[in-house]
Amino acid sequence: MRIPTPLRSYTGESKVVQAEGATVDGVLRDLDRRYPGLRFRVVDEQGRLRRHMNVFVGLEHVRDLDTPLDGVDEITLMQALSGG
Amino acid sequence: MLEGPQFLGHIVHHAVADPREDATVLMGVSTGHLGPTVMRSGDGGRTFEEAVTPPAFREGDPHGRAVKKVFWLTPGHVSEPATWYAGGSPQGLFRTEDAGRTWAPVDGWNDHPRWGEWAEWPEEGTPDGSMLHSVIVDPRDPSHLYLGLSGGGVFESTDGGSGWAPLNRGCAADFLPDPEPEYGHDPHCVRMHPLDPDRLYQQNHCGIYRIDRPDKVWTRIGDNMPRDVGDIGFPIELHPRDADTAWVFPMDGTDVWPRTSPDGRPAVYVTRDGGDSWTRLDAGLPERAWFTVKRQAMTLDGHDPVGVYLGTTSGEVWGSADEGGHWTQLAAHLPEIYSVEWAGP
Repeated sequence: MRIPTPLRSYTGESKVVQAEGATVDGVLRDLDRRYPGLRFRVVDEQGRLRRHMNVFVGLEHVRDLDTPLDGVDEITLMQALSGG
Repeated sequence: MLEGPQFLGHIVHHAVADPREDATVLMGVSTGHLGPTVMRSGDGGRTFEEAVTPPAFREGDPHGRAVKKVFWLTPGHVSEPATWYAGGSPQGLFRTEDAGRTWAPVDGWNDHPRWGEWAEWPEEGTPDGSMLHSVIVDPRDPSHLYLGLSGGGVFESTDGGSGWAPLNRGCAADFLPDPEPEYGHDPHCVRMHPLDPDRLYQQNHCGIYRIDRPDKVWTRIGDNMPRDVGDIGFPIELHPRDADTAWVFPMDGTDVWPRTSPDGRPAVYVTRDGGDSWTRLDAGLPERAWFTVKRQAMTLDGHDPVGVYLGTTSGEVWGSADEGGHWTQLAAHLPEIYSVEWAGP
């Protein structure tokens, strides 16, 4: 999983980290176990992806956290363009 | 001496040093990308770490609410030394009992059957979003609370936050058709006097008010301000030892609401008689400047005479060591200032 700069304070500045799961949400939950607090920076308490966070499974942009990974082994978290 | 920056690029809506002990400082923080959280310091602000469980609504919330920002922080009662309250946007109330490490919703407010009427939800008329602020704990009774909603009004609880009632009679709400609505007002900042907890002052979107409980009607003491200045603003600060003395920073609430100093002539106003009269304090401030001072960006110190401080959205900090009599610029060229707090001694 590729980690954008605003989240690297949670991963000890690592740009790429490993996590396991069958869906995007599963991977994020595993990531939160490894790097506590990270998931809440990406997903709000109602399970919605934060507005200015983007997730790419491989090269596909997804908003549904239940998206299955179907063998794709690279997820990229990116901060969305949010003005200026 | 200017130190920092810390958390450059994060918006710090409120930074508050714990008056009950020296070490704890909490900050309500958000960024455009990462959402809201609370940062806490146990060493007087030198280092911060994030709350383990930041303020959040409960999963599966029937309104679908998620905290967008942690806007306000209030230390709890002196008998509950690790307790703090946080106000959010949307207008939720949250509480910690471990000095900010873990936060829980105050269900009595967030799930109150009338919350959806009282709060701005789901439409938010306030330009920066709806917000819950001015959480006030009565120093005589930790279960006696007040809070302010922009917009929504002032609300009171006498049972620790389970039951709530509006307290807005006497306040104008020029933006509503009902001349005397029960709620829906826009208090910008509400303060209780620590030595006279029956006395509250309020800088509202529509005027400056005072109430002396158990009265239930606010008096518009801003009517005693000069007409050409008006009585619109964001902050109001109370003298720590004199319940008749309060400072405000008027802003232009005419026309399209520039929210800058009236006529581009910045001044603080002080009352020393509970709002019967007001005195202009502008010595040392620029003759022409269009300052905006947000509700958390004016504060006092504990000295005698009292020091008064304000921060502008244009990144300047101004201070007066003589209760507003003479002003000097303490810092400039900073980013937009949201919060100014005195951390002692």
